[in-house]
Amino acid sequence: MRKTVKKMDGIHLDRRTFLKGVALGLAGTALPLNKADASFWESFFQKHFKEMNDAEIKQVLGRLEREYEEKYKKVIKVGNQKAMPEVIFGYGLDLSRCIGCRRCVYACVEENNQSRDPQIHWISVLRFKKGEKWVDLVESEKYYNPEKVPEEGYFYMPVQCQQCKNPPCVRACPTQATWKEPDGIVVIDYNWCIGCRYCMAACPYGARHFNWTDPGRKSAEINPQTHYLGNRPRYKGVVEKCTFCIQRTRNGRYPACVEACPVGARKFGNLLDPKSEIRYAIEHKRVFRLKEDLNTYPKFYYFFAYGV
Amino acid sequence: MASFIKNYFIACRQIFIGNRAYYLWVGFLSFFILLGLGAYIDQYHRGLIVTAMRDQVSWGLYLSNFTFLVGVAAAAVLLVIPAYVYNFKPIKEIVLFGELLAITAIIMCILFIMIDMGQPLRVWHILPFIGAMNFPSSLLTWDVVVLSGYLAINVIIAFYVLSRLSIGKEYSMAVIGPLIIVSIPWAVSIHTVTAFLYNGLSARPFWNASILAPRFLASAFCSGPAIMLVLFQIIRKRSEVEIDNKAIFKIAELIAYAMAINLFLLGAEAFKEFYSGAVDSYSIQYLYFGLNGKASLVPWMWAASLFNITAFFLFLFPRTRENFTTLNIGCALIIMGVYIEKGIGLIVPGFVPDALGEIYEYSPTTTEIVITMGVWAFGALIYTILLKIAVPIYTGKLRFEIKERNVIMR
Repeated sequence: MRKTVKKMDGIHLDRRTFLKGVALGLAGTALPLNKADASFWESFFQKHFKEMNDAEIKQVLGRLEREYEEKYKKVIKVGNQKAMPEVIFGYGLDLSRCIGCRRCVYACVEENNQSRDPQIHWISVLRFKKGEKWVDLVESEKYYNPEKVPEEGYFYMPVQCQQCKNPPCVRACPTQATWKEPDGIVVIDYNWCIGCRYCMAACPYGARHFNWTDPGRKSAEINPQTHYLGNRPRYKGVVEKCTFCIQRTRNGRYPACVEACPVGARKFGNLLDPKSEIRYAIEHKRVFRLKEDLNTYPKFYYFFAYGV
Repeated sequence: MASFIKNYFIACRQIFIGNRAYYLWVGFLSFFILLGLGAYIDQYHRGLIVTAMRDQVSWGLYLSNFTFLVGVAAAAVLLVIPAYVYNFKPIKEIVLFGELLAITAIIMCILFIMIDMGQPLRVWHILPFIGAMNFPSSLLTWDVVVLSGYLAINVIIAFYVLSRLSIGKEYSMAVIGPLIIVSIPWAVSIHTVTAFLYNGLSARPFWNASILAPRFLASAFCSGPAIMLVLFQIIRKRSEVEIDNKAIFKIAELIAYAMAINLFLLGAEAFKEFYSGAVDSYSIQYLYFGLNGKASLVPWMWAASLFNITAFFLFLFPRTRENFTTLNIGCALIIMGVYIEKGIGLIVPGFVPDALGEIYEYSPTTTEIVITMGVWAFGALIYTILLKIAVPIYTGKLRFEIKERNVIMR
């Protein structure tokens, strides 16, 4: 449609290469039947996560650990820590502190095993010009690249999954591959997602990301402490997103982005605990939520701790 | 039972009977199907990264074609309305070919969804009972329900009519009458549900306008019949099927009315967006004028508007409507115009600007185009084969005889 012609790296019309491709492809797509591919069938017939009992889940976790070990040549633990009772997680972000350094973005990538090539980021930091339109996100810049931050005359707003109380993505998913956990975290089962990307169209926060190809990273880069619904290695053709670092927060730790923030702009805690940091922020600061008019009720609160 | 199997093979053999032109045509289609298959296998192995879709614009050419073809499928059967309700005989006789087109279009729709999926082997997860169908919450599951139901209705009607005709008997309206009546609201429903699929997303203001479903139907009433007019002329020319000029001109007249409504609805949408000029109007601004210097869809959209308006006037005046040269120009313009407007011109601006305000310009890659052409060639092949069996039965050339175990070829 545009004049620039995209590099045609898809197919080669030279006949021999083409026929070879067809033959290889047919061989590759032919359903595997030998013993070595037993895990293919196991994973193919895997049940919906919520329909499995503990024993079945344990079996699946074991199979995944074997698969990952074979693929990445390193021991990767896949956990399934359940939600703690009386906990609903909430997040606070102090816009008056954020300096736009993107340390959170890269800490997240390392913690959550995102693809490095092509890059997938669960956090997008938007830069706005002071005094210009703000609610209008078209005015923002995601790819700012200065020598030093913060820049004079600009402010920054990081956006990630808002863990909505009324999540449009969960409603949209045709296979119930994504749902809201009891602690409020919206999770995805990467073994159930069919990759239709309807949830991405439904999300008002650009929080969902698709694995357009096999996630590329060195096995040394992989964080081996994973959660089934969180940072375990993903597949080509499935959607992924921020889970408030489910593998950390369900064990009483802070999300990686909270720890990485050099200016303390990020707050995290239990919304049901009156003494938590996040409750303090909600009660003492004037908080707002992104795109409140859409009635998604995010559990991600922006505020200004002090005026600058 | 034996005669049934035998008749089945007779019908199959019919596919291989044909002159040189037929074999050339099938060869031509097979070439594009194989090309598309090769490209798809590559996409299957490397992932959808071979397309131009990205997180910002996460649906593209495949979903555009899907949307267009749902319209074709719906409209092909909506011709039933004048045929049966007003008992307009010239159209009534050719409804069968519309139903076959609907069957073809639905199969193509399913293929376009399948090739767009990141994990096509997991498609069974969407089914009820064996999968975890998110019904009634997800509109996509509604689409699965209405599209498969629609496919079933049309297959049953077409199969029943053909099997009656093939043994030289009239089909009974008492049997298919109710099905035909059901198929009318059902045709409306497949397009409405597909519109709601986009319409219900508050995250995408361009789609989140209640005019979307009526616009879908209006434009489907243009493109579907336009495709049928072209097909009728080909069928009429290449076989002994007689299709009355009256039917063709009547359909052309209907297209003119549908196009008038379509243009009116588009105008209403454009007025609201441009006059109020709120933030939400960025998408339509991007479509017709470009945004922040990015304007790759602008020439296409103006071309589509020009095509649609020209075609409207060609179909409005009886003199141009009843002249086959201008009629066919009008059909071509409408097919192209609606294909752009309801394809790329509907899907892409839903994502531009994206949820965080980024403007990513989508333009399909060669792989995407080759795969898309492959699906179209496959659809053309299906329709050809369906006609190859249906036309001789329809004209009385091919007759099955039950029990006597022989076939009369007249």
